[in-house]
Amino acid sequence: MTTPALSIRGLTKVYGNGFQALKGIDLDVPEGDFFALLGPNGAGKSTTLGIVCSLVQKTAGKVSIYGIDIDRDFAKAKYHLGVVPQEFNFSQFEKVEDIVLAQAGYYGMALREARPRCAQLLKDLGLWDKRNGPARMLSGGMKRRLMIARALIHRPRLLILDEPTAGVDIELRRSMWDYMRRINREEGTTIILTTHYLEEAESLCRNIAIINHGEIVKNTTVRELLTELDTETFLLDLAEPVDRAPRIEGFEVEQVERAQLALSLRKGQQLNDAFRQLSEQGVSVVSMRNRANRLEELFVSMVEGDNARVRQAEAGNKEAQS
Amino acid sequence: MNPRQILIALWTLVVKEVRRFTRIWPQTLLPPSITMTMYFIIFGNLIGSRVGEMDGFSYMAYIVPGLIMMSVITNSYSNVASSFFSNKFQRSVEEMMVSPMPSWVILGGFVLGGMTRGLGVGLIVTLVSLFFTDLTIHHPLVTVGVVTMTAALFSIGGFINALLANKFDDISIVPIFVLTPLTYLGGVFYSIDMLPDFWQGVSMINPILYMVNAFRYGILGVSDIPVGGALVAVALFIMAFFAVALWMLERGKGIRS
Repeated sequence: MTTPALSIRGLTKVYGNGFQALKGIDLDVPEGDFFALLGPNGAGKSTTLGIVCSLVQKTAGKVSIYGIDIDRDFAKAKYHLGVVPQEFNFSQFEKVEDIVLAQAGYYGMALREARPRCAQLLKDLGLWDKRNGPARMLSGGMKRRLMIARALIHRPRLLILDEPTAGVDIELRRSMWDYMRRINREEGTTIILTTHYLEEAESLCRNIAIINHGEIVKNTTVRELLTELDTETFLLDLAEPVDRAPRIEGFEVEQVERAQLALSLRKGQQLNDAFRQLSEQGVSVVSMRNRANRLEELFVSMVEGDNARVRQAEAGNKEAQS
Repeated sequence: MNPRQILIALWTLVVKEVRRFTRIWPQTLLPPSITMTMYFIIFGNLIGSRVGEMDGFSYMAYIVPGLIMMSVITNSYSNVASSFFSNKFQRSVEEMMVSPMPSWVILGGFVLGGMTRGLGVGLIVTLVSLFFTDLTIHHPLVTVGVVTMTAALFSIGGFINALLANKFDDISIVPIFVLTPLTYLGGVFYSIDMLPDFWQGVSMINPILYMVNAFRYGILGVSDIPVGGALVAVALFIMAFFAVALWMLERGKGIRS
């Protein structure tokens, strides 16, 4: 069995104010994986990644990066790690190229080695023309790409991307996806991604973990997770407006607009059946799309279920105390 | 990191720091030159000509070492305090924290950067002073040694201040309310022999008095205090401050949740 790129055992974090952000999580990310760590805000994603990157101090537990225990030799483990944080964390007044080259220096890379690597990264990420300007002059998307270039300068084997495409327009997001796919496939870089765009996780990642209330509630492959989806909702655009939603035997139908219906499809049901019934009633469908991303529906239902479980447990505790 | 990588990392930090304060030279290098020129003209020339001699030197010659030292102290301190706090504020300190650089390299890089600015401004002020007085250095080794150690000590002090600071106001409190009064009372403009016994005693607990006098001894060859003891005291302070700053950095004080 190969050593995982990241191995976490019993990771616990209790902040100074007593808030328990992580409740002893276990997680393995295989080498070469494109892994999504999902969860609602405040679930513990950033705390987990913060501990892995040494920005947050853990309370208990073990973290190993490529088999190197961070408690034993964090410096050595850090050579394998590249980090793209959620927030911009570079000096806005420095030149783009200087920011990337300084990071190379922090890893002990000599300038003659760092310069060509930096040039290549800036070219690949469309920042070459901006290299001599101050970072504050970059657009939001460019700043995100600058952080990717900076994170990759020392050729890390494990790249952590904490919401790398937040606030980035669709075209740029797609080009960033292509770039991430490329470094994962061609250079074998293991990538851990957190994102709120579940379409992104579905499109890019092979494995996925969902974290909520400081616990891993799901850890599986994206493919397997999607098979758990019980219901998918499609939006149907109609050729002609209708006064009220037509009745389709066996399906739930809701009228969204006069010429748009929301059709819920449970596991085992066939769209053909719904279309046949609509056709019999003289209703023509001109186009169709998912109401939400499939993973998003699953994520929402899973997190809601877990929230209900936590609320129930808390209510039980209060009752026991009173 | 191997020794070569450590040197590269340290050099990177120092170059980055020097680049920062030279990029904003109208805020960092120009103001002390102008302020000190004013001191030389007003205190040294206009008022000094009426004060007469002090410890056998013209008043202008007497205050030059103190004013050079004052520039070194404030610039070393404020360079590291504002630069490291800006790194905290902009979160660019995370660039260093995620890297394999040992804490002592991070501390050393900022301290060397602060010393470079402190000594650089000290040199500018020295050059300006040459327009007003002749400067012959009595003990070059003592002069260079004490000014370098002072720059190191106050750079480390600025680093500790930045680690503890939560807002920009917090990095100006110490320079305004501690460093400036201590420097003025540290015998920059007068010999403590002029003070009544009680205030002479009080002055002896002011560490800046020792640095100013040791530096004055290096340049003029006169001092209110024993120079050897002053040098040892400064060296001990440097070691203690460095240990405290390193301990705070290792524990992530002010920078790690």
